[in-house]
Amino acid sequence: MSLDDASVPVIPRGVRLHMDKVRDRWVLLAPERTIALDPIAHAILQEIDGIRSFGAIVAGLAEKYAAPPEQIKGDAGEYIQGLIDRRILETAP
Amino acid sequence: MRIPPPIAMLAELTHRCPLSCPYCSNPIALAQKDQELPTETWISAFEQAAELGVLQLHLSGGEPASRPDLTELISGARAAGLYTNLITSAIGITERRLAALDEAGLDHIQLSLQGTDAEMADHIGGYKGGYKRKMQAAGWIKDLGIPLTLNTVLHRKNLHQLPRAIEMALEMGARRLEVAIVQFHGWALKNRNVLMPTKEQAAEASRIVDEARVRLKGQLVLDYVPADYHSDTPKRCMGGWGMLGLNIAPDGQVLPCHAAQTIENLTFQSIRDTSLRDIWYDGAAFNAYRGEDWMQEPCRSCELKKRDFGGCRCQAMAIAGDPAATDPVCGKSPLNARVKAMVAENNASTDGTLIYRTL
Repeated sequence: MSLDDASVPVIPRGVRLHMDKVRDRWVLLAPERTIALDPIAHAILQEIDGIRSFGAIVAGLAEKYAAPPEQIKGDAGEYIQGLIDRRILETAP
Repeated sequence: MRIPPPIAMLAELTHRCPLSCPYCSNPIALAQKDQELPTETWISAFEQAAELGVLQLHLSGGEPASRPDLTELISGARAAGLYTNLITSAIGITERRLAALDEAGLDHIQLSLQGTDAEMADHIGGYKGGYKRKMQAAGWIKDLGIPLTLNTVLHRKNLHQLPRAIEMALEMGARRLEVAIVQFHGWALKNRNVLMPTKEQAAEASRIVDEARVRLKGQLVLDYVPADYHSDTPKRCMGGWGMLGLNIAPDGQVLPCHAAQTIENLTFQSIRDTSLRDIWYDGAAFNAYRGEDWMQEPCRSCELKKRDFGGCRCQAMAIAGDPAATDPVCGKSPLNARVKAMVAENNASTDGTLIYRTL
């Protein structure tokens, strides 16, 4: 399964971005899970506001990082879908 | 060796509980109410934990809702920056109280399930009417939208209910289901001969979990703790002694794991008089089984020691009588034949009588 451009990813209740000051890194806190974020993963998750579509997020990241949209779409899509499969992210109904 | 900061803390707020499950993970000698830490000491412990590097706080018991200050404790933990997980039977929690916990910033609830119908659940929990009250609370949790994990402890008497437990997790709107086959510590050790699943049951549980993981991908996450004693490889206990997490008992003793008090040669420090940082980094109990220097043969020369850390220290204590021995569940342990014989004997035996937890 992969995300289509119109779907809207959501960070649901019970999941939040957190600055781990002791280890100097960003993490995603979720039920019974702590996911360490590299700068790319953090950049993707920061764009998820529950309003913008996946297509808009990809376009935004491509512009911000001056990277080819197709590549961003592949990487970000795979990352977000992986978290959806683990019930950490959701898509808006 | 470099000691990493802890990432998780289990706060056993109280040993009081309306249930008396015969597999309770609490120690046999339970802390009485007058020994429990006051609110301000718990909140200080949460602040110290966050400063030390703890990210996830598990509020447990006993039944944590037996503490009248639970809402205040959750507020304090959230203010300290911790992710708050309430581990509860939900029996005795009112709708109003749940709403207050929600308001205080509770992140997540882990709800225990003793059985999938009133007859089984009330028999195992030792509390008539408990199942009905739990199901009512599950409805309120769903209505409030508090993220939920359902946790079911399975053993010989209720393992056949696993398929229904999976359905119930979906009906309750849980994102996760923990399928934990009973581990023999605390009260479960007293009931080992009655609770140990048969080899056939243990294999069937693994098959059901594997199937459900595929079928429910993206819908329900299943975490699985396989049957104790049935494997040839020991559990990777605690992700290494004193490496990932710590536990504070109701009276303030700080422990490397919830069963550590069964290791009689260890002495534990209290949060009442020593800082969490000093206990974590310098405490004798935390350093006792860190790294590999304490290991004996066959662990010492085994390449698997970096993966399983020699197994569970409390299990080594319980079966070998020596907390530094190789976990006797390991196929390489000289005591493994004794474990295998015990499992085989148990496989053939019929039901005995449960010993319930008493305070």
